[in-house]
Amino acid sequence: MNKSQVRGVLLCTVGLLLASCAAPEGQVLRLATTTSTYDSGLLNDILPAFEAEYGVRVDVVAVGTGQALALGRRGDADVILVHAASKEQAFVEEGYGLARFPVMFNDFILVGPPEDPAKIGGVEQAAEALARIAAAAAPFASRGDDSGTYARERALWQAAGLQPDSEAGWYLSLGQGMAATLQFADEAGAYTLTDRGTFMAQRAQLEHLELMVGGGSISENADRALMNPYSVIPVNPAGNGGVQADLAQKFIDWLLSLDTQKRIAVFGIDQFGQPLFFPDSERWRSTRP
Amino acid sequence: MSPIEGTLLQLNSVAGAFWEIVALTFRVTGTATLISAALGIPAGALLGLSKFAGRRFIVTSIYTGMGLPPVVVGLAVYLTLSRSGPLGVMEWLFTPWAMVVAQVIISFPLVAGLTMTAIEALDPDLRLQLRSLGAGRRQEVAAMLGEAREGVVAAVVAGFGGIISEVGAAMLVGGNIESQTRVLSTAIVLETRRGFFGLALGLGGALLGMAFMVNFIFLRLQGRGRWPVR
Repeated sequence: MNKSQVRGVLLCTVGLLLASCAAPEGQVLRLATTTSTYDSGLLNDILPAFEAEYGVRVDVVAVGTGQALALGRRGDADVILVHAASKEQAFVEEGYGLARFPVMFNDFILVGPPEDPAKIGGVEQAAEALARIAAAAAPFASRGDDSGTYARERALWQAAGLQPDSEAGWYLSLGQGMAATLQFADEAGAYTLTDRGTFMAQRAQLEHLELMVGGGSISENADRALMNPYSVIPVNPAGNGGVQADLAQKFIDWLLSLDTQKRIAVFGIDQFGQPLFFPDSERWRSTRP
Repeated sequence: MSPIEGTLLQLNSVAGAFWEIVALTFRVTGTATLISAALGIPAGALLGLSKFAGRRFIVTSIYTGMGLPPVVVGLAVYLTLSRSGPLGVMEWLFTPWAMVVAQVIISFPLVAGLTMTAIEALDPDLRLQLRSLGAGRRQEVAAMLGEAREGVVAAVVAGFGGIISEVGAAMLVGGNIESQTRVLSTAIVLETRRGFFGLALGLGGALLGMAFMVNFIFLRLQGRGRWPVR
């Protein structure tokens, strides 16, 4: 290549790059949420309706519950959709969020190897099953991160009167996401706590894992302690000029409305033969007997 | 549903998004590589050609920078660009610009450090010769860079390679937002997380192919003719 060719290539590249990096226009709502709502495909299913109705774009940042709340604390998200009741409450009490609104719920289940060394198959209460796992010192894979699932797992251990940690040898704290943790449990023959949606979505890849506690569907789940409610929280705009409180409120009204709740109720039936989330807004409940 | 069916289903739904992701990867990493080269090559030449107080400290810092964990760079950029951070008013967080900033910080030490090494490896007599021929300062630097072009191109290639596959910082400051900040590396993490391993592997193949193509072009630049010297 001679000099002018090199210069031409460089100029073209620079021009192309600059042209394509132009800033986007229009209103943007930033939603920080957990990986479970995004990775299941739920948000991609329902959000286009909101975007079309209000002529805005919703930017979804799917991270762990801990990180989602941290984004809210720093004013880097306008609205938050997570599942970790105690952390949500603290978030609102500390003034970072305006209020909590119930949106929907799904449930957790315990899965494990078909050999079931701790004999928990058929046990109805998760705490009882965990106690058996501990007694048998059977391997248990824990998320070990800042997720809502991990928070629930620790609460269940506490209900069982136990506080296992990595010193126990059989308790394996991974610090990984749900899919990676399930994959690990599958390979290592370990038990783990998972939300039903992620387990169903991944089931084809998890040949050595079986559902142990929680029943075949959410309505068959006998343990109330395994219910997994999601809340939506508008971020407090006070102190953070950039937070779009009005738009966030519109989004919340839309999310809790009957039409959207109905969409949530049918999402996943095509693919899994049962819904992944159950609507739970006040508006929705008021229409139920 | 078998994993293969799942993958195909996903492939169908992302076919349109695929090119968007490839294009954004090219834009973000391309911009970052150009900026790192524009800053890193002169910096490397300066460090390789001159002696001044504090040079050893800067060189050590640059070598250390080559080993910076990208997640740490991402975290620092996030805290800086956050609405609560010092540069929050720029509204760059969760945009491609934030990713460019992080990638420049990751690749700059690679480009500067390796350029410096390439210049230092030249025959010291060359510099004397250039001077005796009456070359000015700028001409001298240009000629030295031209002479060391193989090393300089390798420096840029290393800088590019360090960021095109980078995922920690891109995830943190870009947010992996569909159609906005989703690049190949973050899309691979997403699909892995969702359990669509086939799709994740396919995207990995696309990333490799893209890197191969860019490196191919770089190497032609390295091998053919002389670096332009006035």
